[in-house]
Amino acid sequence: MKSFTYERPATPAEAAAAVARNPEAKFIAGGTNLLDLMKLQIETPTHLVDVNGLTLDAIEPTPEGGLRIGALVRNTDLAADARVRRDYAVLSRALLAGASGQLRNKATTAGNLLQRTRCPYFYDTAQACNKRQPGSGCSALDGISRGLAVIGASEHCIATHPGDMAVAMRVLDATVETVDGGGATRSIPIAEFHRLPGDKPETDTTLRAGELITAVTLPKPPGGRHVYRKVRDRASYAYALVSVAAVVQPDGTGRVAFGGVAHRPWRVEEAEAELPKGAKAVTARAFAGARPTHDNGFKLTLAERTLGAALHEAQAPGREGVRP
Amino acid sequence: MPDPASLDLNRRDLMVGATAAAAAAALPTAAGAASAAPAAPVTAKVAFTVNGERRELDLDLRTSLLDAAREHLHLTGSKKGCDHGQCGACTMIVDGRRINACLTLAVMHQGAEITTIEGLGQPDNLHPMQAAFVKHDGYQCGYCTPGQICSGVAVLDEIKAGIPSHVTADLNAPMQVTEAEIRERMSGNICRCGAYSNIVEAMTEVAGRRA
Repeated sequence: MKSFTYERPATPAEAAAAVARNPEAKFIAGGTNLLDLMKLQIETPTHLVDVNGLTLDAIEPTPEGGLRIGALVRNTDLAADARVRRDYAVLSRALLAGASGQLRNKATTAGNLLQRTRCPYFYDTAQACNKRQPGSGCSALDGISRGLAVIGASEHCIATHPGDMAVAMRVLDATVETVDGGGATRSIPIAEFHRLPGDKPETDTTLRAGELITAVTLPKPPGGRHVYRKVRDRASYAYALVSVAAVVQPDGTGRVAFGGVAHRPWRVEEAEAELPKGAKAVTARAFAGARPTHDNGFKLTLAERTLGAALHEAQAPGREGVRP
Repeated sequence: MPDPASLDLNRRDLMVGATAAAAAAALPTAAGAASAAPAAPVTAKVAFTVNGERRELDLDLRTSLLDAAREHLHLTGSKKGCDHGQCGACTMIVDGRRINACLTLAVMHQGAEITTIEGLGQPDNLHPMQAAFVKHDGYQCGYCTPGQICSGVAVLDEIKAGIPSHVTADLNAPMQVTEAEIRERMSGNICRCGAYSNIVEAMTEVAGRRA
């Protein structure tokens, strides 16, 4: 790990200013992803701004009837919050499907949104990777791409967003709240938060330099049945090959987003109109224009079947998210 | 949670840091600006309670909580397996929560209450989870065992506290200690000897004894 300097600012704006004035500075919260990458020298910040002392760890009701989740709320606490379990079960389910108990105890809401891809070519510093080293090329294109993107990718990058939480946040229409070094705040709809790689795969999100996430806000509960279904190589503690976050209403309408398939949680609102017709109709629209690699065409079939299973689960009698 | 006022960088390193900050401030803020990397390792003081004893250390900022325990406090019970949060051998209980001690900086734990395997029990006074691991052969080579035991103790507390898991059928009902719950919640602790079945038996016994 490269050496760095370190500070603990007293306010969110001070933290943002500290990172804004130093292009080699990074925020650190849970640190579970950043420190992993620093050990591998994939991330080499020369200054760390520890935000753990900022009081951004509350979950509070909003005047609109939603919830405001502080940036530092740990994944365990968010998944276990009684209001989240009751009214936003898809979010609890997504969190609990991710990582391990130890990691969820450390990982934060904002940090989870900002986690980097687990593309093996991003992690292997002997390989070309435009995300890690812009302009170096993409070894994944002709490599082992079984776990990588099938849609929304570019000739520069076929990495996926690895998270589960963000997929649920996308289906819940969350809003990311930020503050910058000057103290100015901004609200970013989750749909506009994660980028597609295009010709700038090194940039995962639309955050500006030094902009600090202070909270994620959920609108009022959407009702309906909540399902998060994740398909992976192991039963636990593995990234998604494909995941589905679904909120399905009694009349069969609803919302659906997919994880493990693109550089950001994949939701196509127009495709949701097909929900009453079933999974095949939805995925045909949601994955129109998909360009799988030689290795990962199975994900298109898997996405349809996983959605089919999720819709079946949503229609089953009984509780939310009952699994077979 | 760290107290911002308590950060105590040493004088030499404060100067290094100040130089770096001044250099950074003078540079254009475009990507690719010249490096402001510190010329020498930066150290800082940190104080926390480990197994009931207050400890103060002056550490290279890069020191993980795991290395602080093993290399500086000579508490070598916690093991370094992968050093990347994948294996769970380094699991400690910090402020009541199990975490991967390899993936956190020691300096981020100012004032924390830390329990390692050495704090759970001693050879002549085993923690019930340690005794159950012995009774049920919950290990073979033993390398992952301190992490398994710290995790196992915390898992039973998590269930007791009503924290749900991926296999919890009803998010809003009381949690149960089942084999499926134990296996899911312990998935962050890898045992290459494959003692999983015996670990489940040990944990089940301790959970039953507690109930």
